[in-house]
Amino acid sequence: MLFRKLLAHDRGGRWFLAALAAAAVLVPIANLVVPPGSPFHVPTFTVALLGKFLCYALLAIALDLVWGYAGILSLGHGAFFALGGYAMGMHLMRGIGDRGVYGHPELPDFMVFLSWDALPWYWHGFDRFWFAMLMVVLVPGTLAFVFGWLAFRSRVTGVYFSIITQALTYALMLAFFRNEMGFGGNNGLTDFKDILGASLQARSTRVALFVASAIALAGGYLVCRYIVTSRLGRVLAAIRDSEDRVRFAGYKVEHYKVWVFTVSAVLAGIAGALYVPQVGIINPTEFQPLNSIELVVWVAVGGRGTLHGAALGALAVNYAKSVLTVEFPEVWLFALGALFVIVTLLLPSGVSGAAAAIKRLAARRLRHA
Amino acid sequence: MEPDPMAAEAASAPIFDPASEAPDLRRGWILYLDGISVSFDGFKALDGLSLYVDAGELRCIIGPNGAGKTTMMDVITGKTRPDSGVAYFGQRIDLLKLGEPEIASLGIGRKFQKPTVFAGHTVLENLELAGAPRKEVWRTLRARMSGEERDRIDEALAIVGLTEHAERPAGTLSHGQKQWLEIGMLLVQRPQLLLIDEPVAGMTRQETEATAELLTSLAGKHSVVVVEHDMEFVRSIARKVTVLHEGRVLAEGRMEDIQSNPRVVEVYLGE
Repeated sequence: MLFRKLLAHDRGGRWFLAALAAAAVLVPIANLVVPPGSPFHVPTFTVALLGKFLCYALLAIALDLVWGYAGILSLGHGAFFALGGYAMGMHLMRGIGDRGVYGHPELPDFMVFLSWDALPWYWHGFDRFWFAMLMVVLVPGTLAFVFGWLAFRSRVTGVYFSIITQALTYALMLAFFRNEMGFGGNNGLTDFKDILGASLQARSTRVALFVASAIALAGGYLVCRYIVTSRLGRVLAAIRDSEDRVRFAGYKVEHYKVWVFTVSAVLAGIAGALYVPQVGIINPTEFQPLNSIELVVWVAVGGRGTLHGAALGALAVNYAKSVLTVEFPEVWLFALGALFVIVTLLLPSGVSGAAAAIKRLAARRLRHA
Repeated sequence: MEPDPMAAEAASAPIFDPASEAPDLRRGWILYLDGISVSFDGFKALDGLSLYVDAGELRCIIGPNGAGKTTMMDVITGKTRPDSGVAYFGQRIDLLKLGEPEIASLGIGRKFQKPTVFAGHTVLENLELAGAPRKEVWRTLRARMSGEERDRIDEALAIVGLTEHAERPAGTLSHGQKQWLEIGMLLVQRPQLLLIDEPVAGMTRQETEATAELLTSLAGKHSVVVVEHDMEFVRSIARKVTVLHEGRVLAEGRMEDIQSNPRVVEVYLGE
């Protein structure tokens, strides 16, 4: 019922979810059932790569919710992704137990190396999965709430807001680089062994993580779709178009901005938590400002304000990146820059916007013919 | 399609009745500004401004550029805090203690000089957002339009003459239609006091005449304060006119008296 209503006027979204469902069924079969010799076999490496892309797509949808709909350009959304990732990484780290290089029953290797003799207080509880999952949601959510509350209450908007989000992620990067912070310094958290008792090296675990990412992406899409089709979604778009009018209509604009920023940060955190077990490492470079800017490029390329466009942009740009960085590693950054310039100048509503425009043009031609 | 003043008459009583948190009007005035001063970097935008508007009155405010008209609106609606002075809505509500959304929900509606509507939304959606009875985040997430809300929107559409355009994106309306839509957005908020900044700037003559009729029909049920440059228009609607000059009231009274006031002629009308 609700499902049907959400997608009633969303053709792109229906296609997107259908393709996602198909991938969630076919990729596991192609990996687990189809024999390795067959041309239809999907190697485990590719499954993990695709799973990583799905996490990026969820992150892109989260950014599109605040940027495309509420007009808040965050240049630091990678920070929320990384924090979700660190929360998951801490759980996986605790799961290593005494199988680390130093064989300490409780302390992760890097703490033994730093000759710490006890677990810092903020590492307690992460041995439990439910607690770690709670932190995946709470840590990015709380940071976004506090940061958003301070910024939006002081009416920091537009480019100034973008700049301080950039500063936020940069500051977090510097903090996480410090060994004394207790998050593994520049090496970050790695050497994970298993998740919920299943080995992270096992093919079945890889496939399960891929499917979990697909489900999270679909769920995140539907949540965002529910938000943007509600009256609240119309208020957000109204804030984007004319903030003062909304305020004089009696809405507390700050509350709306903080709300949507927090929801978006939580989605980004979930994406980060699914990303870490699939790539096997989380380190402070995930906080680097460049990541957040790349994320903005994905959304711009796909077409902001459409949700599915943002997801497709993330998939397309990252596919291009993984091909280009293997074939021509030195051109990737130039390609990314050129892509951003081209999209900004020629395709202001991204690829999905361009597709819609072409369709309208074709329809007009047909009518005149 | 032009606004239909008859529809305004027909839409009297229950729907546009004053909201429950009505200001106390026992002394007669709905807006009381006394000794308001505002300065920006040493420039005195308002300099001891005092203004009293009666309930149900239609008041026109005129004055040359920089006289402080827009700053006065900013003070009343909570956008700018004055350096000194008092501002009351009715007898008891101290406007200087409240923010923009609170003042808006008390029943002071403001129309901007430049028409500001939500361009991406349809006319209907514009009115839906303006007229929503509850404006908290979580309620808005779950809100569905009630029959009562829809009725109120339909009446506002009829009053401002946009019934046929309800499904059009607001961005595609003509300039005059946008102005009317914005007035409609104020009406669905059940305002007691309407502050209207230059409603006929850029309008055609027909549109101006229709707007004059619309505003005249609103007075009585609402108190209306109109800031306007267009003297022809002011003459056609004004009952009482206040002339601002350099942040102060220069003269106040009936249009005929104002026009013959030598000081007014000197600073403004004689230009």
